Amino acid sequence: MLDVFDVSIQMVMGQVAIGLINGSFYALLSLGLAIIFGLLNIVNFAHGALYMLGAFVGWMLLHYLGIGYWLALILVPLLVGMLGIIMERFLIRKLYDVDHIYGLLLTFGIALMIQALFLNIFGVSGQRYPVPEILKGTLNLSFMYLPIYRGWVIVASAIVCLSTWYLIERTKLGSYLRAATENPELVQAFGIRVPILITLTYGAGVALAAFAGMMAAPVYQVSPVMGVDIVIIVFAIVVIGGMGSISGAIVAGFGLGVVEGLTRVFYPEASSVVIFVVMAIVLLVRPSGLFGKAA
Amino acid sequence: MRILFFVSLAIFALVAPFLFYPIFLMKILCMALFASAFNLLLGYAGLLSFGHAAFFGTAGYVTAHALTSWNVGFELGLLVGIISAVLLGLAFGLIAVRRMGIYFAMITLALAQMAYFIYLQAPFTGGEDGIQKVPRGELMGLIDLSDNINFYYVVLGICVLGFLAMYRIVYSPFGQVLRSIGQNPDRAVSLGYNIANYKLGVFVLSAAFSGLAGALSVIVFGLASLGGASWHLSGEVILMTLVGGAGTILGPIVGAAIIVTLQSSLAESGQWVMFVQGAIFVLIVMAFRKGIVGESLDPHSNVRKALKNIKRNPTDKKAVSAVEGATTGTTAVGGDN
Repeated sequence: MLDVFDVSIQMVMGQVAIGLINGSFYALLSLGLAIIFGLLNIVNFAHGALYMLGAFVGWMLLHYLGIGYWLALILVPLLVGMLGIIMERFLIRKLYDVDHIYGLLLTFGIALMIQALFLNIFGVSGQRYPVPEILKGTLNLSFMYLPIYRGWVIVASAIVCLSTWYLIERTKLGSYLRAATENPELVQAFGIRVPILITLTYGAGVALAAFAGMMAAPVYQVSPVMGVDIVIIVFAIVVIGGMGSISGAIVAGFGLGVVEGLTRVFYPEASSVVIFVVMAIVLLVRPSGLFGKAA
Repeated sequence: MRILFFVSLAIFALVAPFLFYPIFLMKILCMALFASAFNLLLGYAGLLSFGHAAFFGTAGYVTAHALTSWNVGFELGLLVGIISAVLLGLAFGLIAVRRMGIYFAMITLALAQMAYFIYLQAPFTGGEDGIQKVPRGELMGLIDLSDNINFYYVVLGICVLGFLAMYRIVYSPFGQVLRSIGQNPDRAVSLGYNIANYKLGVFVLSAAFSGLAGALSVIVFGLASLGGASWHLSGEVILMTLVGGAGTILGPIVGAAIIVTLQSSLAESGQWVMFVQGAIFVLIVMAFRKGIVGESLDPHSNVRKALKNIKRNPTDKKAVSAVEGATTGTTAVGGDN
């Protein structure tokens, strides 16, 4: 079959690997969006800007304070997550009683502000973030050479995604969270402080975006516009996976990264639109998404 | 009072090209038409489309292509632009109206981004360069449109016809059904309306007017570019509508005038336009959800009340808050908190 398309196995595997790397970022971002949407019913348009902010905070920690990659990997999600908590506490919280589209518009406004701020300071051109010393070099997988850092991205984000899934679906805290998604009043009546749960959930979703940004810093250039296109792609992925579905977000994230990679082999012109085409088809066949419950 | 207002508005519109730069005024008119088209969806049917630039941009490209490569006239050029927007609206609508609310916004955004990437690569759009030197031609073979003053009156005429048509739609029985769908879709279904068809109908109508605006704006500037199909523009048209007031006829026009003026006065200061636009979004969503026209038409507007109290008692803050509390207590307006 491969002969028909005149492509080699190396080419296919290479693109699958690139697809998995992009898919790692898609999965981390759509996971954050899904968690936030599940509990807050808000589509966080600022997700792309916060991903970019994660990469920039990491870069600034390195350049101004000399804090290296590994410490930044912990510090960046904490710092940006804190900003998320402030945003939730002072702005988003005031919108829970009005139409959910206002949450989308608010976070869109915040995204514009963050992006414009960094564009004014750093311009469109990207900053380089060096790959940490231990993860330099390439791995020979016999059919292809994989840069070690990229392998690390796939492994690390898979671990983070699976632990988040475990936390939500299999632990006590996760059960509170899921219960609060279903019926916040009732959970509140049982003595669980739902407002704090909501604030922390938003912070956690934002931290995931910042973590993705920090992971992306050595792979892509750290640039103010890095979050712009990806957030719209991730929206499409969340719709495909089924809004609010945790496993749907993870599977669709990695899966569509690979689909995009394979499209680049067989029909490169379509690679930038394939995810949107898949979204349109999924919506026509299953309007609630692949893993979503019927609305 | 009302008549006086509209007469003075008409006089202003007629003398404006002698006071301001006509291209700037035409840009405001095109954007006002675009925002009004968008308002048909958001203000009346309650549908937030985050991808309206797709219709604006598509019609712009098709019209530019028709005028430069097929050598058609001004009228036919506009017409093929509108037809292309209608067809695209039909395709997007069939997919998007299956979901409501936030989903609708995300789906339209994703579909519009798909269109954007296609135009980025398609040969006929000229990629990053766009289609340049789009000729204006003549109206009915009589009036030379390359003259900015002549063209201003033509654009003004077309836009006023567009506003009147939308006014007619909004206050027709069709418009009433749309409003009921926007306010309570379940009730509209139980009354026997096929709301999917109504939503698709208004979506296509909105796409058609957006297409007219896009085609006109391309002819005004003589350039069809990717900016016309970008998500930035989709965001800007939402902002214009919200600033002026969604669900009012005048709101989008006022909003477009404000935002276009803001853009041109901040054009020199780099990305601060985007920052200011983001800040306005936040401000509107947090405090002025009805927009300028909406708040000034609403007799129970909290914003208006607060302003009046401050005017009456500029120093005594305690009195202001006391009056505030008393009046909101009796009228009980939700929404601002």
